[in-house]
Amino acid sequence: MSGYANSSEYIKHHLTNLVYGQKANGDWGIAHSAEEIKEMGFWSINVDSMVFSIGLGVLFLWIFRQAAKKASAGGTIGVAPTGLQNFIEMIIEFVDGSVRGSFTGKNPLIAPLALTIFVWIFLLNLMDLIPIDIIPWLASLMGVSYLKIVPTTDPNITFGLSLSVFALILYYSIKMKGPGGFFAELAFHPFPKFMMPINLVLEGVTLIAKPVSLALRLFGNLYAGEMIFILIALMYSGGWVLGISGGLMQIGWALFHILIITLQAFIFMTLTIVYLDMASQTEEH
Amino acid sequence: MNFNATLIGQSIAFAVFVWFCMKYIWPQLIAALEERNARISEGLAAAQRGQKDLEEAQSKVSDNLKDAKQQAQEIINQAQKRATEIVDEAKDTAREEGDRIKSMATADIEQQVNSAKSELRKEVSLIALAGVEKILGREVNAEAHDAVLKELVAQV
Repeated sequence: MSGYANSSEYIKHHLTNLVYGQKANGDWGIAHSAEEIKEMGFWSINVDSMVFSIGLGVLFLWIFRQAAKKASAGGTIGVAPTGLQNFIEMIIEFVDGSVRGSFTGKNPLIAPLALTIFVWIFLLNLMDLIPIDIIPWLASLMGVSYLKIVPTTDPNITFGLSLSVFALILYYSIKMKGPGGFFAELAFHPFPKFMMPINLVLEGVTLIAKPVSLALRLFGNLYAGEMIFILIALMYSGGWVLGISGGLMQIGWALFHILIITLQAFIFMTLTIVYLDMASQTEEH
Repeated sequence: MNFNATLIGQSIAFAVFVWFCMKYIWPQLIAALEERNARISEGLAAAQRGQKDLEEAQSKVSDNLKDAKQQAQEIINQAQKRATEIVDEAKDTAREEGDRIKSMATADIEQQVNSAKSELRKEVSLIALAGVEKILGREVNAEAHDAVLKELVAQV
């Protein structure tokens, strides 16, 4: 943490995104302080989150596209798959099994959606395991003032995902049940029809809770994990004893975090499938 | 948590990625997996069929072997029976032939004995006649004494 006045500044710096937007004086550019970021308002963009998010998404699509090309060329059908191909087919089978297990209807969108969510979020979370100072330090050598490399610790990213899922939930609810059916589901449960307002409030909260909980669960887990990595990193400046114990703690937390990042990606995928399955259910319950 | 346009950017990126995945990744991979699945289950079924065929063939083979053994045993039994029969027949034939030859020989001997006897009788009667002629010094009228001679021959 050389170059920081105190640990509070270190932590703040690590939790600030690299934001591009319109400054107070009307110029467009990168924000250099928390105040500048605030002034930019909604029409600004977290460059670091977007770059890592899109970069990892493209990496995911590129790797899987290679496997898909190989698979559709037919060379891998008659033989046992090896290496990366095998790994990718394992993931495909895993996601396919999850979709088959949770989604009762037939919808060609669900499985690719689930695959994208699972692998993409996993990769976004995986950035958390890279020692937190390496990439920001390299970037600072190139003059980049702020850099958060874990996109899922940015609520914009997690809400971007969950609100897209929410849009799909609304779309399929209305498409499968019809506007009347969807309204009936919100208004006539769980109490009888004459208590419609209460029903609407209860079911509305349930509906809104879906995207909010999806986004906040992912964000909260990763943000907390990141925070612990930052606190552990602070120990490196506390002398030999603290530094060594900090190293051990970092290893321990990173090992545990492997579980968390996979689990969070899996939970996001599974809940998306379940929500969309509920949205596609047509029979009354 | 300050929200900004990153939200929209992420949503657009998400939509594009899902579209790409749905178009160029998922169908190809899942089709390949399903085809391999089909091939594997086909192969397993074929292996099972082969196993069953093998078992059937083995049981057929052992059945055939049993039949063949039984047949061979029957053939051997028949052959032995036939052999005994042939030997018996041969014995009978040989005995009959022997008897026949013996009886033929016996008949032959008897005939020869008889003919020798009758020859001898004739000669004896001639000798006796010659002797009588010499003794009597004259010719005996064979016709006149035929009856006597015949009686004589019968006595010899």
